[in-house]
Amino acid sequence: MADLTNELLVQSLQEKFGDQVFDIQEPYGLVTVTTTREHIIPMLQALYDDEFLKFQFLTTMCGIHYPDNKGKELGVVYLVHSFTHNVRLRIKIFFSEDDAVVPTATNLYQTANWMERETWDFYGIRFEGHPNLNRILNVDEMEAFPMRKEFPLEDQTREDKINTFFGR
Amino acid sequence: MSDNKSDIIMAETPEGVEGSGFFATSFEKVVGLARKHSLWPLPFATSCCGIEYMATMGSHYDISRFGSERPSFSPRQADLLMVMGTIAKKMGPVVKQVYEQMAEPRWVIAVGACATSGGIFDSYSVLQGIDRIIPVDVYVPGCPPRPEQILDGLMRIQDLAENESLRRRNSPEYQALLASYNIK
Repeated sequence: MADLTNELLVQSLQEKFGDQVFDIQEPYGLVTVTTTREHIIPMLQALYDDEFLKFQFLTTMCGIHYPDNKGKELGVVYLVHSFTHNVRLRIKIFFSEDDAVVPTATNLYQTANWMERETWDFYGIRFEGHPNLNRILNVDEMEAFPMRKEFPLEDQTREDKINTFFGR
Repeated sequence: MSDNKSDIIMAETPEGVEGSGFFATSFEKVVGLARKHSLWPLPFATSCCGIEYMATMGSHYDISRFGSERPSFSPRQADLLMVMGTIAKKMGPVVKQVYEQMAEPRWVIAVGACATSGGIFDSYSVLQGIDRIIPVDVYVPGCPPRPEQILDGLMRIQDLAENESLRRRNSPEYQALLASYNIK
């Protein structure tokens, strides 16, 4: 079997998805592409099913937040791994803060179940079709999403650690 | 014991009326004396302060000298809850449940900056002091405190246990305190 090079991988993605794959980069040799919300699941599925590529392991996925990036404030990053070639691929999607809904990847990867719950918990990105989307690491009563940039780093319920005493 | 050189020190006799063949004192003082010397701590240790507490339990500092012989990791029969370390908000209900399962009279020590005030963790996930969920009797400062400080905290609890009125736990003030924490 031929080795899977970055050129081959990018070429293969472009053949399958054409314009839907954009912003292709290779930081530190890791192929990183961006796609749209509509194409993320078909793309993961195609990478999974491909006879040659065999990207069948979801290493990680998580949310990201760029509040200054108007209309595309929130994102989800998927890092998939092909054990056959020992090659990784990073796929990003971006969407608006007001419409933070992404189709679930749990039908494809069991491991996405936990990761999507964590992403919902910390970034408030809803995953359509997730079997049990609720808080996982934070208390259930929490209303905000603590990893979003607008969330204050400090606990706002404190009265005694005021700025006067701490010089900030 | 006839040996005068023994370094065993007996507990001090409470105030009372003594005569030949009898000694009379108040019930409250006897119970206080017994409680003081039979504290049963429940160590709720989550982080660095817990390590200091382990040193306190060891032979060098020997917490057993203070009548707290057997730390038990169960609320059953324990009367002193020692919370040592960072309590995350998610863990709050667990601490509260442990406290609720202990029988009266019960005391609580918050050991270290985190248990008393959240310490350096002013964050969304850390409880800013366990006195937000349960009443605390003694706060031990430090980050983490030395074993001597933990022992000092224990001795302060002994003072409280010795001098506490028998009816204190039935008082309206105490009931109101528990009610303010939504306990019972």
